[in-house]
Amino acid sequence: MTVPFAADAPKGRMRIALLVAVTTVLLSGCDRELRRFEKPAKAPAPSPATGQRSSDIKPGQNAEGLTETAVAETYDERNAYDVAQGKRLFRWYNCGGCHARGGGGMAPALMDDKWRYGHTPEQIFATIVEGRPNGMPSFGGRIPNEQVWQLVAYVRSMSGLVPKDAAPGRSDSLGGASPPESQRPEASPRDVPPPPPS
Amino acid sequence: MNALHDALSPAGPQAQHIAELWWLTLAITGAFFLAVLVPLIVALRRRSGASEQTPADISSLTAGEPRARRIVIAAVGASALGLFVLLAASVLTDRALARLPLADALQMEVAANQWWWDIRYTDPDPSRAFSTANEMHIPVGRPISISLKANDVIHSFWTPSLHGKKDLIPGRIATITLRADAPGVYRGQCAEFCGVQHAFMAFVVIAEPPEQYERWAQAQRAPGAEPANAEQAKGRELFLSGSCMLCHNITGTPATGRTAPDLTHVASRSTLAAGTLANNPVDLRAWIEDPQRFKPGVNMPAHHIREDEMAALVAYLGALK
Repeated sequence: MTVPFAADAPKGRMRIALLVAVTTVLLSGCDRELRRFEKPAKAPAPSPATGQRSSDIKPGQNAEGLTETAVAETYDERNAYDVAQGKRLFRWYNCGGCHARGGGGMAPALMDDKWRYGHTPEQIFATIVEGRPNGMPSFGGRIPNEQVWQLVAYVRSMSGLVPKDAAPGRSDSLGGASPPESQRPEASPRDVPPPPPS
Repeated sequence: MNALHDALSPAGPQAQHIAELWWLTLAITGAFFLAVLVPLIVALRRRSGASEQTPADISSLTAGEPRARRIVIAAVGASALGLFVLLAASVLTDRALARLPLADALQMEVAANQWWWDIRYTDPDPSRAFSTANEMHIPVGRPISISLKANDVIHSFWTPSLHGKKDLIPGRIATITLRADAPGVYRGQCAEFCGVQHAFMAFVVIAEPPEQYERWAQAQRAPGAEPANAEQAKGRELFLSGSCMLCHNITGTPATGRTAPDLTHVASRSTLAAGTLANNPVDLRAWIEDPQRFKPGVNMPAHHIREDEMAALVAYLGALK
């Protein structure tokens, strides 16, 4: 054992520790954009028939009253690919026709902290699939469940409810005035009853 | 489908200009390649005739080398001249490409999407405009002016037998003009990497005599065929009540989606999914069931459809000639 070697030993250990730390950080990013291209297993519960209200849910109700449609078989809001696909589908299916870019128009805003029918993924899934009074159409049977879950993830990203590293950082189209979803402050969701029909 | 995909078999004036430039470039660069390599090989093979005792030849330190100097000057001059010829030829080719006569040009719009081509034949009379996907017919001998745009990422429009590449950039409109002088089927391909299924983003250009083209265009302007029997009628019902219509268009029905290929005359096309599969009932059925099996990452989702309903759907789509 020579003196220089002994002096190097702590440095070498530091280097190994650093390598392990960097590798861990890099590996943890591997699933960020995981894409599942295989056909998902058949949905456990059939989607509600088109055009029918399949639930007796009422405005302002809590998660307890939800039907069995809300089984998050493919939901992963930490997956940036799923959130980005949701953003594309939001445009494709013309959600913006009523909700605008999340700021609301004919339909309620999606980027604020207020939720009429609940903010959990299961509640938002039920809202999209079943439709809601005063204009929200039922998309059950129109959109495959996996796509609904992607939409759910995107809707939640609008008010900062998904991890920042998974939320979209840019738009395919020319952007609006609002910052990208990845820069939205996390709202603390509040369940509020909808205003009485006028 | 057996389609020509070869920049060296030009089928129109644009590809002809490019092929001529290519051959000229090959001839000049090839001549210089030989002019360098042949003397080098000759020099390497020449016996020096010197032995270990021969003193080193350092005469060039005192006397000049007029012969070598002349040769180097001539070679530099010839290289510069060759490069100038290529420069001039390139400029002239560009001018020729830009000067394709466009009188009575057929106007088209092509929008590139991940991973398919949306082809729209425009017309001053909107009722005569129509859309198709991944397969365009053009009349032989008539100039075509195509405006190109991209809906998601950068793509590139490339039919080597008809013209060079032209990039499609989101937010910009590019124009490509071409003409086919010989009837035939020419293959095209996206030539700018655009995502996992870039390789399966092909299209075909079918150049045919003008009267044959007119017949085809007239058929494409018609709305989608009405169901001929109960099974097809059931297929249409499924198409319109399920998720198909949210993305696809069939003219003459309430299905007006524009984010996926127009299916009004899908059965008249030769391939499915931009050259991924042949267009036949077996492949169509497999495609609807699970597109991700053939084109992983494609934006069409997999579908759980009952056997009898799938048969009806395929029967309806197969009748949309």
